[in-house]
Amino acid sequence: MGDVARDDAALRRFLHGLPGVDQVGAEARAASLATRSIKTTAKAWAIDMSISMVDLTTLEGADTPGKVRSLCAKAARPDPSDPTVPSVAAVCVYPDLVETAVDALRASHLPGSRTVQIASVATAFPSGRAALSTKLQDVRDAVAAGATEIDMVIDRGAFLAGHYLQVFEEIVATKAECGDAHLKVILETGELATLDNVRRASWLALLAGGDFIKTSTGKVNPAAKPPVSLVMLEAVRDFRDRTGELRGVKLAGGIRAAKEAVRYLVMVNEVAGEEWLDPALFRFGASSLLNDLLLQRHKLSTGSYDGPDYVTVD
Amino acid sequence: MSESGRIGVRKTYKLYIGGAFPRSESGRSYPVSDAKGTLLAHAAQASRKDVRDAVVAARGAVGGWTGATAYNRGQVLYRVAEMLEGRAAQFAAEVTSAEGVSGRAAAAQVDAAIDRWVHYAGWADKYAQIVGSTNPVAGPYFNFSLPEPTGVVAVLAPQASSLLGLVSVVAPVLTTGNTAVVVASQDRPLPAISLAEVLATSDLPGGVVNLLTGFTAELAPWLASHRDVNAIDLTGATAGARADLQAAAADNVKRVFVPRDEDWAAAPGLSRLNAFVETKTVWHPIGV
Amino acid sequence: MAAFDYAPAPESRDIARLKPSYQIFVDGAFRDGSGEAIKTINPADEEPLAEVAEAGPSDVEDAVRAARRAFDGPWSAMSGAERGKYLFRIARAIQERGRELAVLESLDNGKPIRESRDVDIPTAAAHFFYYAGWADKLDYAGFGPSPRALGVAGQVIPWNFPLLMAAWKIAPALAAGNTVVLKPAETTPLTALVLAEIIAEADLPPGVVNVLAGGPSIGQAIVEHDGVDKIAFTGSTEVGKSIQRAIAGSGKKLTLELGGKAANIVFDDAPIDQAVEGIVNGIFFNQGQVCCAGSRLLVQESIEDELIAALHRRLATLRLGHPLDKNTDIGAINSAAQLARIRELSAAGEAEGATRWSPPCDLPDRGFWFAPTVFTGVSQAHRIAQEEIFGPVLSVLTFRTPDEAVAKANNTPYGLSAGVWTDKGSRILSMANRLRAGVVWANTFNRFDPSAPFGGYKESGFGREGGRHGLAAYLDV
Repeated sequence: MGDVARDDAALRRFLHGLPGVDQVGAEARAASLATRSIKTTAKAWAIDMSISMVDLTTLEGADTPGKVRSLCAKAARPDPSDPTVPSVAAVCVYPDLVETAVDALRASHLPGSRTVQIASVATAFPSGRAALSTKLQDVRDAVAAGATEIDMVIDRGAFLAGHYLQVFEEIVATKAECGDAHLKVILETGELATLDNVRRASWLALLAGGDFIKTSTGKVNPAAKPPVSLVMLEAVRDFRDRTGELRGVKLAGGIRAAKEAVRYLVMVNEVAGEEWLDPALFRFGASSLLNDLLLQRHKLSTGSYDGPDYVTVD
Repeated sequence: MSESGRIGVRKTYKLYIGGAFPRSESGRSYPVSDAKGTLLAHAAQASRKDVRDAVVAARGAVGGWTGATAYNRGQVLYRVAEMLEGRAAQFAAEVTSAEGVSGRAAAAQVDAAIDRWVHYAGWADKYAQIVGSTNPVAGPYFNFSLPEPTGVVAVLAPQASSLLGLVSVVAPVLTTGNTAVVVASQDRPLPAISLAEVLATSDLPGGVVNLLTGFTAELAPWLASHRDVNAIDLTGATAGARADLQAAAADNVKRVFVPRDEDWAAAPGLSRLNAFVETKTVWHPIGV
Repeated sequence: MAAFDYAPAPESRDIARLKPSYQIFVDGAFRDGSGEAIKTINPADEEPLAEVAEAGPSDVEDAVRAARRAFDGPWSAMSGAERGKYLFRIARAIQERGRELAVLESLDNGKPIRESRDVDIPTAAAHFFYYAGWADKLDYAGFGPSPRALGVAGQVIPWNFPLLMAAWKIAPALAAGNTVVLKPAETTPLTALVLAEIIAEADLPPGVVNVLAGGPSIGQAIVEHDGVDKIAFTGSTEVGKSIQRAIAGSGKKLTLELGGKAANIVFDDAPIDQAVEGIVNGIFFNQGQVCCAGSRLLVQESIEDELIAALHRRLATLRLGHPLDKNTDIGAINSAAQLARIRELSAAGEAEGATRWSPPCDLPDRGFWFAPTVFTGVSQAHRIAQEEIFGPVLSVLTFRTPDEAVAKANNTPYGLSAGVWTDKGSRILSMANRLRAGVVWANTFNRFDPSAPFGGYKESGFGREGGRHGLAAYLDV
């Protein structure tokens, strides 16, 4: 694997030498996995696991420090009335709000609870359209402010034009700026047109050192879709087979219902394997998903349906 | 002796196997007479081993004939009609002797036989369009069905109609891409042997048609039970023999064509084309 | 214990509305058969499900006579459009009672509810819906003007897809204007008898459809009955041959859908993940008890190790267990006799030197169970490469060139189906052309549709079911 990225031609040969993906077959497999029926104890387990995998996200131009502080409180303790609800995996904010999040999480940190990571979308999110130097500065700023995870977005134009080495080198350069922070590479699969491209982009990001591959910015439709997720999970599975290294997958965009999250956990379990049922290797990028997980959790524990007024809006 | 006093050169009637004209390996022959009982010739009396050799030849020819384009098969078959036309007078004379019909009636039968051959030649590149289909399945798949030749077909040619009947049963088998082992009319085999000579001098690859003369009742059971024969046409079998032949055909699940009252003068329809084809259905996903 | 341990998700057995006893259906009425009363059992636990009063010879007599009366009477007098509406009614009723039928099918057959719910029952309904529309359009079916029905059709079906096979048989027969005497398999009579209820509720004229539960002797009586004009049989090649012999000279029209030993051919440029799914679906769907199962995997030697490793990993996720659990992938084998045959052939595979592998898998103590099994190092001469096992047993062979793949794939007396996996379009078409099989699945496997003709080459039978072609089996053409 060492020299597959020695030049554009070698990288192309490698990526185009990966097995093709038959779209219909992939869709059928994803649909078949979605028929798994997850009930009672398994459902309770899956809901708590899902909560612990959420990257609770706010990525609006109108974000305020107040909103971020509220988000952090909820991340640390999703249900203030129920301490058995696990905290989420991370909050995800723009770089300029990282410092606010650091302070807020420090303040809300409860004894014994898991540390909530601080993720920030750097590299001229969401378009990725800026000079490399600007993007790298964005990353340096976020890391300096205390971000422990960086979500970058690839240059889809370069990828689709076949400039694989350029994309590869950008990821390598970004990773170098991350220091100890984990790098999540957003493929923006909604713009990649084919599942073959999703597979190639996944491998490209993994080869370049991305700790996670991530579906979407959430700003492009379609975002996470089951067949796309399937192909990305196959990529980290196969990457581990080839290299022995475990890398993660983050699904983001459009996942709102607990039911969908549980279905994705089934997919993780049966496609990548149960090692990936771990917030260190699998995440949901979401905002409204958390509330539905809480509502369903309540339904399971009490036997009656809950209403939106009983969970916090952010 | 002709009027000129010249001594005629008589023809030896042999079998037609794998593009060659061997005698029966058994060394047997049997007398063939005209309708009035006058001896015409001694025809080869094929044996079980000739059946075996003919099936080997027919099987060997399957790949090339089946693999030819339908257009090419049509051209080759049309060429056969051209050769028949050139020998029309000879066939008319043979039919007259064999069947005892008038010269005019025999000539009409020969014309009809040639026209029938042309008819089937023209089907070669159209048949699949008529019976094939694309199937609108409920899913993202392209799905089509097409006819394919069943393989080696044993044909028991009609006993009465020595040329028109023979052509009517052999041509449809070939049109769809099968190869054939034909047992000619037992008592009227000479037009069949002349047809074999036509086939040998046309562009039809050797082995595509193999023609045996002899006793139908002796040869038919070997064909019916032969496990490398895919189908059998019982037209030339007596009504009494058909049940046993059908039963023997079950050994390898042969396709069996049991004719009804055949009117060789009538338009042939599709039934003989349909009898010796398989329908293959192919699925493929539609995706990007 | 796995981290994510799916809790049991059983479909309720009550949905099947199982009755203590079931009756045969003759001339529009339900009655006890004059044969033996047998208990049909649940193959998953060997517990009796219900008692079935099987048909005897006199019932065959009555059923054929009723079918003849119906054919000579109301059924032939009726317009195709009216006939079609009855079929539409049946299709809708199957959909309405789909969940009930699915649970009943899984109880009686042992197949996973996921399959009976998502495949068997909806496809059965779709088959009636498809042929319903043909009833008034036979003039356009390509057989010339006003093609005539054959008369009384005797139909004998297997136990692997009990309701679906009944639909495959009855729907085209009725659409073409025939009447029917149907015999479901002895181990799986229940859904066909519920279908008889549906037919009764749909108000079909008495005698148009008769359903006789019973064993092989009843099947034989139907096949040999002088009053039957057409025989349609799905089952083993051995029985198919005996039927072909039995009706020789009778003038009965015959269609046979028999055994298979399909090659599933995977080239080195295949979409591997989908190929693995296709292999799994090909041989483990319905516990491999499928005539068109992809029981021989032909893998190009350069990717054998990779593909087998992927296959092993995938098989480890298959869930074997209670057929009514919605998460079950592999259910029970249908009968003790079938299980014995699978065991015998698998033992032969080992004895002949092939390497046997199964994923870790706990088999229930009671019932008929067999773990998904893969044999590698299989050669063409092994019995497990030649004989139809009809169980969840895959034989893996390798090939080097396309010619070798074709030669091995075609080297069998069977010719029902085949699979091809490659990303190269021209190779797909070349392989599809050269494989001697009635169905070729390229980059997919085990797909079925009422509009797609299905049936075999060579000893896999003759005649087609499905599509326009399926009508030919029931018309005098």
